Amino acid sequence: MSSADATADAARRPFTGRRVRFGDLVLQLVAGAAALGATVLVGLIAWELVHGARPALSKYGLGFVTRIAWNPVLGHELYGAGSFIFGTAITSAFALLLAAPLALGAALFLTELSPQVIKAPVTALVETLAAVPSVLIGLWGIYVLGPILRDHVEPALHSTLGFIPIFGEPGAGSSIFTAIVVLAIMILPIVASISRELFLGVPHELKEGALALGTTRWEMVRGVVFPYARGGIAAALILGLGRAMGEAIAVTQVIGGGVFIHWSIFDGGDTLASKIAASYQGATSQLFSSSLIYLGLILLVMSLLANIAAQWIVRRVARKHGVTRGGHA
Amino acid sequence: MSAHDLTGPNLRLDRLPRRRRVNRLMEVLAWLSASVAIAILGILVFSVARRGWSELNLGLLTKAPIPFSLTNAPQGLANAFAGSLVIVGIAALMALPIGILVAVYLNEFAPPSIRNGIGLVIDILAGVPAIVIGIFVFVLLVVGSGQNALKGSVALGILMLPFVARATIEVLTLVPNSLREASLGLGIPQWRTTLSIVLPRAIGGIVTGTVLAVARVAGETAPLLFTSSLVGPQINWNPLQPLQTIPVAIFELSESPDPKDHARAWAAGFVLLLFILFASLTSRWLATRNARRIAGR
Repeated sequence: MSSADATADAARRPFTGRRVRFGDLVLQLVAGAAALGATVLVGLIAWELVHGARPALSKYGLGFVTRIAWNPVLGHELYGAGSFIFGTAITSAFALLLAAPLALGAALFLTELSPQVIKAPVTALVETLAAVPSVLIGLWGIYVLGPILRDHVEPALHSTLGFIPIFGEPGAGSSIFTAIVVLAIMILPIVASISRELFLGVPHELKEGALALGTTRWEMVRGVVFPYARGGIAAALILGLGRAMGEAIAVTQVIGGGVFIHWSIFDGGDTLASKIAASYQGATSQLFSSSLIYLGLILLVMSLLANIAAQWIVRRVARKHGVTRGGHA
Repeated sequence: MSAHDLTGPNLRLDRLPRRRRVNRLMEVLAWLSASVAIAILGILVFSVARRGWSELNLGLLTKAPIPFSLTNAPQGLANAFAGSLVIVGIAALMALPIGILVAVYLNEFAPPSIRNGIGLVIDILAGVPAIVIGIFVFVLLVVGSGQNALKGSVALGILMLPFVARATIEVLTLVPNSLREASLGLGIPQWRTTLSIVLPRAIGGIVTGTVLAVARVAGETAPLLFTSSLVGPQINWNPLQPLQTIPVAIFELSESPDPKDHARAWAAGFVLLLFILFASLTSRWLATRNARRIAGR
């Protein structure tokens, strides 16, 4: 139907006020069903994990969460998530510590310092780093990064900071430390690109006002940009933490494995995600596979908490600053 | 540190040299941070290219692997390339229409409260770890009936869905409201306005968003481990059987004790990396160009 026909049509028919058109109803129902489906999906994920973990849930209860054990030998089976939760916490926390200053520095460079000509390409390259598949970063971690860390970085850290128990004897190259560095590389571009957008949102009047008062550029950043973007930075860091907790493949490749809590980060270990990924071929009994699913359930709860916290902060900050999502610079 | 400090003794002129030095130091650190981020990307691409290059030949794409081979006969990963094409293709076919519909509903129909609520859920879905989605599909579909490529596609599709929906929403918000109002003002119903005015205007942006989402999931290993990983070496296109994929193949080869396998892992990784870098850089470039056109600026 051409628009001329439509106009003629409308002119012939008397205007009848509010009426629901059939086509509108159909599209709204179909699209609404898709949106509802996406919403239900999140609940379904949680429900199915609880369902799949039921044998382990009913046998171990909440004791599973703190028990340090993983013995799949039939007849002596005993499972617990304690060491994996520890591994997840320590790898993601240290990865964030390592990545956060670099990410904030890169974002500051891109918004405050970068010459105009290299701004767009550098931004694209930093964001491209986020697109490198985790399995490739893991492959690189095993054969390039791991040996370098083992031969050069770990001995140096051990000899200078060895009095701190976490910097123990250098190990085999596959270690919690390698996993930390790999995770830091993976969350660096995420935190950097979110922070960049936050810094771009700081009003120019505030920045220029500070500079006009005679501050140096760093004092302006510390006194205006950071306070203004504080909430958003916290959200970006939590999102990065969530990503680090959930990363399975690259960590599995480099962390070395083990069911212990060591104080030294140069030893092997496992995270929740890496334990699941490493066991994909070996589901020997129902208790084993339901315990794996239990690990997944714990991981889901941890990442949901992190995500909901981050999204809550993002939305609160957006409301405070009157920024609409998807608004354009 | 709060903004009040700007009026305090921090701005004293007698401390100016020191303040300038601190400023200089911080600028250098920011430069270094950005350089480190780019250097990491450079080193990654260089390592993969250097190690993958020697093993890169047509046989990698056309020949199937020979299990337990002790000879030096050339081996390929054709089964993995075929499987990745099938699984990622079907995943895109599933995620694309649903993602666009979700975005259309949220942006064109939903009242603000529902838009915010479902938008939050979409963002939370985007944060669910890939391995958890793999286990979810495992419990829902694989337990009892076994793996196949279609189930792998479901897992990848769930991973793609929030990407496609978010990208589409961002493009739809760029379409000027005056277009919608002009169309509605001519008496065209909202569904036709959406389908033949708003979506065609946004299609360029939706396509680039989709390409970006495809590039993201093409490298995903975790959702496929539990849904399509127990496979034979033969080339297979049947989505009702488990199929090998490039990321899973790289994961398995990387843990193999045989150095020949590592070489193939690097080569396959190089091909995957080239595809992903090409897809994400071109779609990013197209996206900025499109955004200007869609908004009519």
